[in-house]
Amino acid sequence: MSTTSFTHEFNTESFKGKVSFPTGVFIDGKFSAGGDNTTIDVINPTNGKVITSIAEGTAADVDRAVQVAKRTYEKSWGLNVPGAERGRLLNRLADLMEKHFDELAALEALDNGKTFNWAKAADLTMSVATIRYYAGWADKIHGQVIETSEDKLAYTRHEPFGVVGQIIPWNFPLMMMSWKLGPALATGNTIVLKPSEFTPLTALRMCTIINEAGFPPGTVNVIVGYGNTVGQAISEHMGIDKVAFTGSTLVGRKVMEAAAKSNLKNVTLELGGKSPNIVMNDADLETAVNWSSHGIFWNHGQACCAGSRIFVQSGIYDKFLKAFTEKTLSLKLGDPFAEDSYQGPQVSKIQYDRIMDFIDSGKKQGAKVHVGGERFGHEGYWIQPTIFTNTTPDMRIVQEEIFGPVGVVIKFEDEEDVLRQANDTLYGLAAAVFTKDITRGIQFAHKLQAGTAWINCVNQLHPNVPFGGYKQSGVGRELGEYALNNYTNVKAVHVNLGHTI
Amino acid sequence: MVVQIAIPNSNSTVSVATGLFINNEFVPSVDKAEEPIKVYNPSTEEVLCTVTSASVKDIDVAVAAARKALKTTWGKNVTGFERARLINKLADLIERDAQTLAELESLNNGKPVKIARDFDIGDSVGCLRYYAGWADKITGQSIEIDRNMKVAVTHPEPIGVCGQIIPWNYPIQMWAWKVAPALAVGCTIVMKPSEITPLTALKLSELVKEAGFPPGVINTVPSLGSVGGAALASHKDVDKVAFTGSTITGRKIMEAAATSNLKKVSLELGGKSPHIIFESADIDQAANWAALGILYNTGQDCTAGSRLYVQDTIYDKFLSVLAGKAKELVIGDGFDESSGGGPVVSKGQYDRVWNYIDSGKKEGARVVIGGEKRSTPGYYVDATIFADVTPNMKIVKEEIFGPVLSVGKFHTEEEAIALANDTTYGLAAGLHSTDSSQCHRVSTALEAGTVWVNQYNVLYNNVPFGGKKQSGIGRELGSQALDEYISTKAVHWNYGEKLDWPL
Repeated sequence: MSTTSFTHEFNTESFKGKVSFPTGVFIDGKFSAGGDNTTIDVINPTNGKVITSIAEGTAADVDRAVQVAKRTYEKSWGLNVPGAERGRLLNRLADLMEKHFDELAALEALDNGKTFNWAKAADLTMSVATIRYYAGWADKIHGQVIETSEDKLAYTRHEPFGVVGQIIPWNFPLMMMSWKLGPALATGNTIVLKPSEFTPLTALRMCTIINEAGFPPGTVNVIVGYGNTVGQAISEHMGIDKVAFTGSTLVGRKVMEAAAKSNLKNVTLELGGKSPNIVMNDADLETAVNWSSHGIFWNHGQACCAGSRIFVQSGIYDKFLKAFTEKTLSLKLGDPFAEDSYQGPQVSKIQYDRIMDFIDSGKKQGAKVHVGGERFGHEGYWIQPTIFTNTTPDMRIVQEEIFGPVGVVIKFEDEEDVLRQANDTLYGLAAAVFTKDITRGIQFAHKLQAGTAWINCVNQLHPNVPFGGYKQSGVGRELGEYALNNYTNVKAVHVNLGHTI
Repeated sequence: MVVQIAIPNSNSTVSVATGLFINNEFVPSVDKAEEPIKVYNPSTEEVLCTVTSASVKDIDVAVAAARKALKTTWGKNVTGFERARLINKLADLIERDAQTLAELESLNNGKPVKIARDFDIGDSVGCLRYYAGWADKITGQSIEIDRNMKVAVTHPEPIGVCGQIIPWNYPIQMWAWKVAPALAVGCTIVMKPSEITPLTALKLSELVKEAGFPPGVINTVPSLGSVGGAALASHKDVDKVAFTGSTITGRKIMEAAATSNLKKVSLELGGKSPHIIFESADIDQAANWAALGILYNTGQDCTAGSRLYVQDTIYDKFLSVLAGKAKELVIGDGFDESSGGGPVVSKGQYDRVWNYIDSGKKEGARVVIGGEKRSTPGYYVDATIFADVTPNMKIVKEEIFGPVLSVGKFHTEEEAIALANDTTYGLAAGLHSTDSSQCHRVSTALEAGTVWVNQYNVLYNNVPFGGKKQSGIGRELGSQALDEYISTKAVHWNYGEKLDWPL
């Protein structure tokens, strides 16, 4: 059976155009059917209908990909290719992504449900910038020369691992792919990447683009399949020396376990969060309201760093809640391709059910639905932006990651108390504080147990600033120079020039 | 103010704007105090065109333009991402116009077109892309001091308005080495190309504008060294001067900086680099590298391996192999495909190099090959090798900057090191040996900023380059070049400590 492919004519208010590209398993620069000749249906979250069927990858495909990636690493990638050349190819990749900017954004909106405008402004913009940023690092991977004594030359090399496995989620499909490809390729690794089976389209479109950019076949291999087959195969593969996973904490544990049981491969994880967003009495109200809304409702709440627990000091609580409610009610839900839509549907039926279940539990456990709390529309997976108040710390909606447009607003009085509450979670991905007193902002930032501390903003990232979790939100950092450490293995070379024994 | 220069062997011309490039426009001199500069073709000895020569007042105008840009559209007002984008665009444009730029470079400097295009320009494009990659990665540090009360951070700020003075031996490449790191960090530039080879700097200025740099970020002011160069070095509103050229001029620049406003100074000066051939060396390969070391760019290279020291056991054999290699290089017109080298750049240089050859003969060195003038037009100097030299000869002590090699003999490794280091210069050195311990010992002992082991004259954009001793101050290329354009500000932010008073 030959490769599946996807052809589609976009005829929407904000984007018109035709796309056509292969959607098979991508190994060694070629597309093919999956190992069992089965397919996965890609569902349109606006109406539950099948967009297309793509080849399903299997553990056998992972095995094949690893063999190819290993061969490519040894012969045509790795340190056989100077950094400047790796950088050149990454820049070429970014150029091509820019060339196909709107098409990629449209595919992302179609597949994930986020609006076309947000896909352009956030996902595509950040994806291109991230690839360019790492292109610049490729010829700057320095080791050190370390002075010991005159009869020794000691230096370090920061070598690539070899074949790395990468497993990415469905909330920012293309952006997550670029965060993974950038540092891995810049440092000289070859890749076996599993996109989410819920949102594979932009990753598959990228395969053709990767070929066009000129990467040697086998440098990047893309296999769409299920977590418990393809994801598991990658995590436990004896020929993969490093695995990077972004997704839920639950699955992150499985990845780390599989790595431990197989070959102790190096593991980095970007997991969940229940990030606190603290609004002090002296916060600028408009700033706090706008950013808080962005913090929980951007991307339909499907962001690992979402500011989902909003702590508001009692002096500003009533004013804040009123303005925040107004802001929330002003967010327009609608078709992802309508020019004025802010929010599209949640990504899938499973997520929809999960979020509605949390909302139910909030109601049952006695929290007050201040805004929202219901489905929007009659088909597809839209959920109204929702605010709960009158919660208690033990409620599920306060403790667990919902991953939807559902925020809890919690009143507090005392600074020490709110810091304690903010840190009272297994998670530690991000945190934010709103205050005009920057001294206090900095003091809070230093005390919050989170990998990213935002002062007077939320959910703002840059390709050159590191991002990652404390505690059970993750291991390692992405973005910035720090991400290079995830993909290099340090070798110390000792050249003895005169020490006899 | 635009001239058309004919390209040999074709019907086309290249246009060159001959005014001063200030604020993204080509303008005349404000006071016309200086005679226009005659620009020569060293292969034909003919005048190609004249260009405006910047006066002291013109330098003031250019510096003011650079200062304004620094305060408004550049410096801290532009992000690293945007600087990266613009520098990459400039690199793309230079790549696009590589053939034309190579032809212009060859007409003005004499080097072969193919070398200008594939090496000078190829490496220059790589240099710009390398530093574009750094622009958004220039980080300061956060430093632990009093926990819970203070935070200390360092900001790597651009030094400011930089005067850059470049030589005539690699006009385009020296331009790229200077502008790339300065722009990546956020500095603005007043660039004075050599008055002997101003044409490609002027042509590159068109591309600066096309790439989209804001006006005033790069300004190009061809000028006499004693006028424009001196004015930049002593200017009270220039924050840093970067100079590549002779050690004699380098001293003047540093002096002017000291007596004016203590501006920061970096210098890439001359060299009399030693090139050592040990008896275990691969003779054929070493001879290739030795030939490259003195003949590349017709010896007009600050790192030229101009003092060759050969171990006595292989001296005669090596000398004969080397002479054969030197004879293989065709030195001729830059537009002739068979040329591997061109004339020296000017009448002044021609006379200077021939003076040294004469002195070599007078002081008793043996001419192995060369040493005879041609009778045809052009400032040609053929490969010249002097053997049996002694340390006190002028040709051994002083930088000749032509294809003239002095070859001496040594017996022991210690002697070779002593001979090699016996110079006020310290730019580069080379050694050939298959004994790896010897390679390490000798490379450690050589007093030079770059040591080549079993090769010579190969540089990479990501490896630092510069001189020890009187060959220079500071480093170009690699991440270190960025340090030359960064001024660190430490911010101590107290948010928790209250001061008790009185003490």
